Amino acid sequence: MIHFLTHDTEDNVGVAVVDIEAGADCIGRNLSDNKTLKAHSEEAIPLGHKIALKDFKVGDDVIKYACVIGRISADVKTGHHVHTQNLKTKRWA
Amino acid sequence: MATRKILGYRRENGAVGVRNHVVILPVDDISNAACEAVANNIKGTMAIPHAYGRLQFGEDLELHFRTIIGTGANANVAAVIVIGIEAGWTKKIVDGIAKTGKPVFGFSIEGKGDIRTIADASYKAKEYVQWASELQRTECDLSELYISVKCGESDTTTGLSSCPTVGNVIDKHCAVGGTASFGETSELTGAEHIVAAKAANEEVRKEFFAMFEDYTKLVFDQKTNDLSESQPTKGNIAGGLTTIEEKALGNVEKLGKKTKFIGCLPPAVAPTKPGLWFMDTSSAAAEAVTLWAASGAVIHLFPTGQGNVIGNPIEPVIKLTGNPKTMATMSEHIDVDVSKVLQGEMTIDEAGDVLLDMIVRTANGRYTAAEALGHREYSMTKLYRSA
Repeated sequence: MIHFLTHDTEDNVGVAVVDIEAGADCIGRNLSDNKTLKAHSEEAIPLGHKIALKDFKVGDDVIKYACVIGRISADVKTGHHVHTQNLKTKRWA
Repeated sequence: MATRKILGYRRENGAVGVRNHVVILPVDDISNAACEAVANNIKGTMAIPHAYGRLQFGEDLELHFRTIIGTGANANVAAVIVIGIEAGWTKKIVDGIAKTGKPVFGFSIEGKGDIRTIADASYKAKEYVQWASELQRTECDLSELYISVKCGESDTTTGLSSCPTVGNVIDKHCAVGGTASFGETSELTGAEHIVAAKAANEEVRKEFFAMFEDYTKLVFDQKTNDLSESQPTKGNIAGGLTTIEEKALGNVEKLGKKTKFIGCLPPAVAPTKPGLWFMDTSSAAAEAVTLWAASGAVIHLFPTGQGNVIGNPIEPVIKLTGNPKTMATMSEHIDVDVSKVLQGEMTIDEAGDVLLDMIVRTANGRYTAAEALGHREYSMTKLYRSA
């Protein structure tokens, strides 16, 4: 079973395609080259939500689809949930 | 690649429709009651009530007229009864629709009252619906259909599965001479560079950026905050989408991998030749689909993540989702399930073929989920306050 997907090799977050429990060893797949990825969840990641694939510091860019989707607003460690609590738009703000 | 065949209605002007509506069309909000009474009297007709049409002016009035005329002119419509409070604007709508060559007749209420207007219009509506009920479907090319695309209640699964599935269909449809349109101007924010790269030439790219920057200015002029909870919506956020950039990048997956767009259309303006077109629309589902129906689109493809329920009175709205939870909880709203894409059990190309099959079945007469459930959302786009 695949737990998460990435769109591109540059992406630094994965999208959960099942509900991921905290403390799970996860299998991922990158869609642009079909390579298998691995991650360990530090907290629960609901289906459709993002898991950090690296440690982020405030101000870091989050990359998905090989594009910037926003800026980190609170530090995030690998395996944690990336969402509105720690990721903000760079537009309209 | 040869185009597939469908059974459609070829209208007087050559356009191909997939439904055979006889519509009772109000020019203005205060004529809704008379239109609904006529539709109640004469079975098989459909009133399309809406909220505006009085004291509008300038560009806003032009858009109102264009939307009403385009709705009646759509190839999914066989014949039209137009009812307005007064004769002048009623005639303007009738004359606009009459250019298609289809039967259209106008009635105005002033000097006569609702009851006599309803009686007169009912006689005409009965004549039209009996005439339309004898029209036969004929073999047409799938490529003759004008298809519009827009997603709603998106989440991260739309960018992974249902939007690229629509993109695959856009590539296949446009490669054989089909016509299609995408829009949702504000929802391209963060992916506008990807859209711009898909413009067929520099002129189209400039036109796109002019429309995009105009809409961005409107958002900036009117906004009271950073639009979080409006764009993305609360539903988007619940589904895992965090920022407008992320939403936009999923959205533009609908544009396909190979197809370039050949022009930019103001809202509710019809494409002038086959190919993919950008239309300057709101990202609100009912408003946007109403504009596409008014531009002549006869089938709409609607990817959803968290489960949008929208339909349209004129064009059938085919919904698809890749979210297995939405399939489990809201399957009555979904026409095509592409959730196998997430586990790699179905490719995007295979999902595109499944969607194409559903387009053919819908064109041939199958009711979409939205049609079966009675979703007929018709929402005017209002540019500013009336006088």
